[in-house]
Amino acid sequence: MNREKLVERILLICALSAIFVIFLIIMFLFKEGLPILKKEGLSFIFGRFWEPSKNIFGALPFIIGSLSVTFLALLIAVPLGLFCAIFLSEIAPGWAESLLRPVIELLAGIPSIVYGMFGLIIIVRAIKVSIGLPTGESVLAGGIVLALMILPIIISISEDSINAVPRAYKEGSLALGATHWQTIRNVIIPSASSGILASVILSMGRAIGETMAVVLVLGNVEMIPRSIFNPAEALTSVILLEMGETPVGGTHYQALFAIGILLFVIVMLLNTASILIRRRMR
Amino acid sequence: MIMKTKIKIENLNLWYGTFQALKNINLEILEKCVTAIIGPSGCGKSTLIRCLNRMNDLIDSVRIEGRIFIDDVNILDDIDVVSLRRRVGMVFQKPNPFPMTVYDNIAYGPRIHGIKDRKTLDKIVENTLKESALWEEVKDKLRTPALDLSGGQQQRLCIARCLAVNPEIILFDEPCSALDPISTGRIEDLIRKLKENYTIVIVTHNMQQAARVSDYTAFMYLGEMLEFDTTKNIFTKPKNEKTESYISGRFG
Repeated sequence: MNREKLVERILLICALSAIFVIFLIIMFLFKEGLPILKKEGLSFIFGRFWEPSKNIFGALPFIIGSLSVTFLALLIAVPLGLFCAIFLSEIAPGWAESLLRPVIELLAGIPSIVYGMFGLIIIVRAIKVSIGLPTGESVLAGGIVLALMILPIIISISEDSINAVPRAYKEGSLALGATHWQTIRNVIIPSASSGILASVILSMGRAIGETMAVVLVLGNVEMIPRSIFNPAEALTSVILLEMGETPVGGTHYQALFAIGILLFVIVMLLNTASILIRRRMR
Repeated sequence: MIMKTKIKIENLNLWYGTFQALKNINLEILEKCVTAIIGPSGCGKSTLIRCLNRMNDLIDSVRIEGRIFIDDVNILDDIDVVSLRRRVGMVFQKPNPFPMTVYDNIAYGPRIHGIKDRKTLDKIVENTLKESALWEEVKDKLRTPALDLSGGQQQRLCIARCLAVNPEIILFDEPCSALDPISTGRIEDLIRKLKENYTIVIVTHNMQQAARVSDYTAFMYLGEMLEFDTTKNIFTKPKNEKTESYISGRFG
């Protein structure tokens, strides 16, 4: 075998190792978590109580906790991110763009635990003081922290898809006597909508999978939150908080793996949807 | 018959950064005539017509000097560009219908200018499609995406879209360069018909096209307007030797 072929082989093995790792992860996750999912069935997903000491495992509080912080985060970050992307691609003068872009990239690079600490010190406290709650740790705090985290994803993918709108559409609209804003609203945004949707879905996956930032600000109470001012617990937080104190192989241990399966499937579906939408766009 | 001057360009100079793309252009365009601007690639002909609806405003590095009067108003002054562009429509080199239905493409202009009534919009869509000789082909496809039409149909749709805002002047920027000969023929017929109601300026690098559709022709070369005359004179007895060698195909 000549050198060229050897190098090709080595590169192929490296590439395949990624697939191998994914396969291993799926295998172990399902090996540990599937038995309890099979045994409990839908009552695992829809059960309202999580009491490991009594062998009661209902993940609904965490599912609702995760979904509510995620949707709240989207509610805050999508409009903000979209306007930011529009500003960057259509309106910003050169200097503003060269100032903002590195800042947004920096925002994407901050470790999530740092977001969590910021949330704990600033946002949780601000909510507690301004609304007068006994504790500021709440769905609201989680939503705000997550919104900050997913903002860079929404901005960068939305901006890419706005920039990909053919110049001819913009010129065609302006030539008809449309104002810049009318053109943005009626031609550019609709043409970029699939990319914008892809960014929203991708950031939703990121938000649901996020652990460190939410565990610090959510309060971690194993109950279904009644409002955004209540504390809650996310799917990711349960695993983080309980894994250490659980005997390996027991039912509780398996239940945590089953939560891992839920997370894995949700995030996988969201990522796939995002990829498909972006592929169709091209 | 005395014809009225619709557009009067005086001492127009234009720079992209430090590059001078238009050099001291003077030109009078008559109402309800077709005026063609010909010349080799890069001579500034597209740049010139993009001055007439201030499309060059979109480019940061552009600097313009001189005056362009449309109905005695200098459009290079601080005027309302939006209403200027409503009066001066433009059809582009490549058909650029929006990614919407046929109907919505045409209704786009009237809608942004405040027409909401369905019946009025229906009427505008039908009339402009008839005017642009597309009605028979698309009357059953008004709700299909405009991008499903053929290239030639798309270009006529763009003409209809432009007519829908009721302009006085229509600028054609090499409207047939992306089309096949049959579609080109249809567009040319259309241009000849449209001049009854509109003042038309067409940029083309196809000399036969200029000869076929226009009443007046301007020849541009390296940013200068070397000759302007009736189309007949330009093509039968050009005065400038550059014009002569260009139209006889010796360069370009």
